[in-house]
Amino acid sequence: MSTEVSNPVERAYAEEVSRGKGEPAWLTALRGEAAELSASLEWPKPEKTRIDRWNLGALGQHGQTTPLASENELPEQAASLVAGAQALLVQRGSGNVLRRLPEELAAKGVIFTDLETAASEHSELLQKYLFKAIAKDENKLTALHAALWNGGVFLYVPKNVEVEVPLQALFYNEDASVSFAPHIVIVAERHSRVTYVDNALTVGGGADAVHHSMVEIFVEAGAHVDFASIHQLGSNVIDMSVRRAVLENDARIQWVIGDLNDGNVMSDTLSVLKGNGSSSDAAVVSIGAGKQRMSLTTQAKHFGLNSDSNMVTRAVMRDEATAIINGITKIEKGATKANGVQTEKVLMLNPKARGDANPILLIDEDDVTAGHAASVGQVNPEQVYYLMSRGISKQDAERLIIYGFLAPVVTEIPIDAVREQLQQLLERKLNA
Amino acid sequence: MATQFVIDGLKATIEGKEILKGINLSMKGGEIHAIMGPNGTGKSTLASALMGHPKYEVTEGTATLNDEDLMEMAVDERARAGLFLAMQYPSEISGVTNSDFLRSAINARREEGSEISLIKFIRQMEGKMKELDMNPEFAHRYLNEGFSGGEKKRNEILQMMLLDPKVVILDEIDSGLDIDALKIVAQGVNAMRSEDRAFLVITHYQRLLNYVKPDFVHVMMQGRIVKSGGPELAERLEAEGYDWVKAELGIEDETVGQA
Repeated sequence: MSTEVSNPVERAYAEEVSRGKGEPAWLTALRGEAAELSASLEWPKPEKTRIDRWNLGALGQHGQTTPLASENELPEQAASLVAGAQALLVQRGSGNVLRRLPEELAAKGVIFTDLETAASEHSELLQKYLFKAIAKDENKLTALHAALWNGGVFLYVPKNVEVEVPLQALFYNEDASVSFAPHIVIVAERHSRVTYVDNALTVGGGADAVHHSMVEIFVEAGAHVDFASIHQLGSNVIDMSVRRAVLENDARIQWVIGDLNDGNVMSDTLSVLKGNGSSSDAAVVSIGAGKQRMSLTTQAKHFGLNSDSNMVTRAVMRDEATAIINGITKIEKGATKANGVQTEKVLMLNPKARGDANPILLIDEDDVTAGHAASVGQVNPEQVYYLMSRGISKQDAERLIIYGFLAPVVTEIPIDAVREQLQQLLERKLNA
Repeated sequence: MATQFVIDGLKATIEGKEILKGINLSMKGGEIHAIMGPNGTGKSTLASALMGHPKYEVTEGTATLNDEDLMEMAVDERARAGLFLAMQYPSEISGVTNSDFLRSAINARREEGSEISLIKFIRQMEGKMKELDMNPEFAHRYLNEGFSGGEKKRNEILQMMLLDPKVVILDEIDSGLDIDALKIVAQGVNAMRSEDRAFLVITHYQRLLNYVKPDFVHVMMQGRIVKSGGPELAERLEAEGYDWVKAELGIEDETVGQA
């Protein structure tokens, strides 16, 4: 439908796609401005990872999608991820192909739809939130994403509504030439509660491609959001994922991030603890293999009094994979009695694998508590010996130790089905 | 066939330094042998070398269990052949629950497809834990993580009981135990005494041998067994120390491989 998108994206192209989808004028303008900005802004610069050397130009062209009649039409590996989901959104390539929300949730005022539909059906509401947690002009990546995002999720939970069932989204792509860029907006109004789980994957290989996704979560006073996201994109795909939550007074978020991709990854998850008594818990698990390069960052920014953050990352690196793991706890002046704790651990299974754990504490207030622990190492031969001395084979001994290493993250996952799914995916990637 | 365990001319080195200088020892099922000796004489090295600790290199000799040379086997094969070492310093393994570990160890001895059922396993484990006066909660704790010294030792005995080995080596199982814990551990060992199981008890002290009665007592010095006898030898060592042994044998420095 258009010429190959160059990098940076052209304003005219972004606007044309937007208009083609019938988006409201404010959104078309936002995309246009973002496209314009992308030309002058620079790529983000995570510690010790030169993402500017990655092939980030393969953003793909906007692809047309046709709705699915049911999940039965999903490719097998995608279908198994959402089996039994009551509330479900499915994005294939550039757009949504399936939407389902139980009637009783809709009746309570819960909105769970793709972001493009939300832009037309809930335009004013969405405008209050879209690109408010993440600004379009932060860097080249946010600008490109603001210009090009597609499909996506809008989840809105009205005040005092507690959603019992997990709301699930599935993003998959079978065609490396199309743009695959979900944007997720979650709004949990005061004292509401919701659990959201998504999976991103590619089916089949193909040419180099970039998947860029961004998540904006607004957790209002006293609300609680459980967010889990598992990415398993192919080796031809670079995953650029930025997630951000803004928490008001006594709001709470739990992040579970599984970075199980086969290609390069830049993943950045930040909780902005604006409100007093707000709290954030982030658990990140990753397995690297082949020649993968990964930059995994978790961050907590404390503004509120008595705000609390905990971040745990565990990564297993095989083959010649490299992971740079950053944990950034920032406590602003005035955030008294804040508490920030972080742990990053990397287990390397091969002498050529590389792991780097960078705990960073930036504290501008005296009356706080903060702690960090980081370690990078190989499987302990004493432990292998101990297990083998009980008759367990070397391979099984190492397997037990590796799963044990990942257990602190895996056992934190609040939903049984997701935990089991993650366990299976870990197993698959460890044994591949 | 009655269990026969024969160590013949075993020599071992650590980082090129010879610590075991030719150990000869023959044990039969039903017997309890004690190895005593001062610190630094090679007792624990013997235990580790028999099990196959990667730090030790066996340079000469054999250790045959029912005519199979364990020294030719990998660590896990030695264990499956029937050797069990209750370690002085068991590893702590985070994230692996005690029960998952124990079940893996039991299943490692079984053919694929005939793994122990979960219910049967739990029944067995809980039964043995009760015998050892262990809090059932320890089944769900991570392996040895945060266990006290005494809890770790009990956990070693629990593993021994569940794995039903032919040859058991207890390496300083009494160190760090108070008298009540020592009695429980000794009870566990005594309950496992049988005609087809041999025990090798390594200890500094006579104390444990009051509860686990040895049939034979050996004294180790300079990386060798220098004296053997019956239970009365242990009693004399407790009463008089090791100096008379050294004098009798003309040994000045009993240690081995000390820099």
